[in-house]
Amino acid sequence: MGMSDDKAVEALGGSAIVTRLDSVIAWGRKFSFFTYPFITACCGMEFMSVAGPRYDIDRFGAALPRFSPRQADLLLVVGTISHKQAPILVKVYNQMAEPKWVFAFGACVVSGGMYDNYATVQGIDTLIPVDVYVPGCPPRPEMVLDGLIKLQEKVVATPNQNSYVRGIAPVGEADDRIVTG
Amino acid sequence: MDTAAILETGAKLAFVIGINLGFFAPVLAWVERKQSAVMQDRIGANRADIFGFTVIGLFHSLADALKLIFKEDFVPRGADVTMHRLAPMIALIPALMGMAVIPFGGTYEIGGHAVNLVVADLDMGLLFVFAIASVATYGVVIGAWASNNNWSMLGGLRAAAQMFSYEVTMGLTIIGLLMYYQSLSLVEIVAKQESFWNWGIIYQWPAFILFLACAIAENKRVPFDIPEAESEIVAGYFTEYSGMKFIMFWTAEFIEVVTISALCVVLFFGGHHCAFISDAGLVALFGGGDLGNILAMLFGVAVFLVKVCVLIFIQMIIRWTLPRFRYDQVMMLGWKMILPLSLVWILFVGVAILTGLMPTPA
Repeated sequence: MGMSDDKAVEALGGSAIVTRLDSVIAWGRKFSFFTYPFITACCGMEFMSVAGPRYDIDRFGAALPRFSPRQADLLLVVGTISHKQAPILVKVYNQMAEPKWVFAFGACVVSGGMYDNYATVQGIDTLIPVDVYVPGCPPRPEMVLDGLIKLQEKVVATPNQNSYVRGIAPVGEADDRIVTG
Repeated sequence: MDTAAILETGAKLAFVIGINLGFFAPVLAWVERKQSAVMQDRIGANRADIFGFTVIGLFHSLADALKLIFKEDFVPRGADVTMHRLAPMIALIPALMGMAVIPFGGTYEIGGHAVNLVVADLDMGLLFVFAIASVATYGVVIGAWASNNNWSMLGGLRAAAQMFSYEVTMGLTIIGLLMYYQSLSLVEIVAKQESFWNWGIIYQWPAFILFLACAIAENKRVPFDIPEAESEIVAGYFTEYSGMKFIMFWTAEFIEVVTISALCVVLFFGGHHCAFISDAGLVALFGGGDLGNILAMLFGVAVFLVKVCVLIFIQMIIRWTLPRFRYDQVMMLGWKMILPLSLVWILFVGVAILTGLMPTPA
């Protein structure tokens, strides 16, 4: 970087608007989450409420569900994850194309919730990286929207978006991708 | 070809491609989203802003495009890399090529030079549209096969069966219309619809209904979206496509919506003609001369685009109203209902023309 943005504007006589590619990309990503709803339990009812007319998650550009993980950006994990379900969750996470984000929706996903037993994963962050935790049993739709807005802020604030690669989950099988271009 | 002709063709090409990729594709993505919101009593996307302007959520299309361009370009292990890359192009380019023969205006005398507002005035224009539409099938099938994925394969097989079936039926639904206009040239068909009473919709409305049903099925949109049926086969033929390649399939779908609407306008709704004013009358109304011709040309193109937008709107309403057909129901509708009905309609039109019940336009 030879010149700072301010100096560049000054050199052009104030007749230009400068922006960085990173911030443009971040703007695009912020308003365009294609979601993968990974819904296993009762929190799904509250997710329907968030997606429905009253709370309308589409206002933030996060409505379009893509059921192919390749096309999804935001993994919404909604509902209790049992140990039997865990490998599937990890597989779906690994199949998602970069950049990707994970939204932990409800107490069970965040920490296992009231299911403190041998069958339940005690928080999905033992399996995959999580960006936003929204506790509650189930969380209010307002909390979910708040979490989504916080995630948007995080997307904008994360420096160097282009090399923001999550890679494969810390647990589970090997990756099955060829990264090109 | 002289320089003027090359310039003219270039300008028409630029207009057709520009209006499809630059206007219709992003705006349709927005319309589809916003219309679903309105029909479901939601507000819909409205947060993406540039310097505080949201333009009723129009910038969400821009955000989607930006994000998808910078998303990981994914090729699964075991896929045929070349074919995987080629397939979205094979899907998108024929969708654009279909627009080449569709007249978006009449013929105007500007500066002693007759300007015919169609990129390629082919004698068999209608056949060209159908031929090109069947090429788009290859994009889908090759993409599905090259992905090395079971769901893609199923989606591709479904797409192949559905698109080939409906191509046969779609061809037959407009035979009656061709008998009525006695021409395959889209320019000639539009020229014959100068009077409102010769519009295809007046005598040929059953053909319009059958044709629209077939065309939507050919385009694989809801309620005929069994090749990508999300509740059954993940995302069907483009399950393994991410980022820009995925958006190319999507754009192809939107451009096919435009092509279908434009074709319906040309065949059934008088093209650029404005109900009760003839082309010459319109030029005279705008004061004649070069200026009158130019104004009449702009007016004709505007009328054509408005009609196209209305038909797009009708397709969007259908898309957000009906649930998906089951696979066997789609096949049954095509082969056992629309096909016999269109054969009956051909017979009826033949008899009606012979007996003078349906006067063919001169």
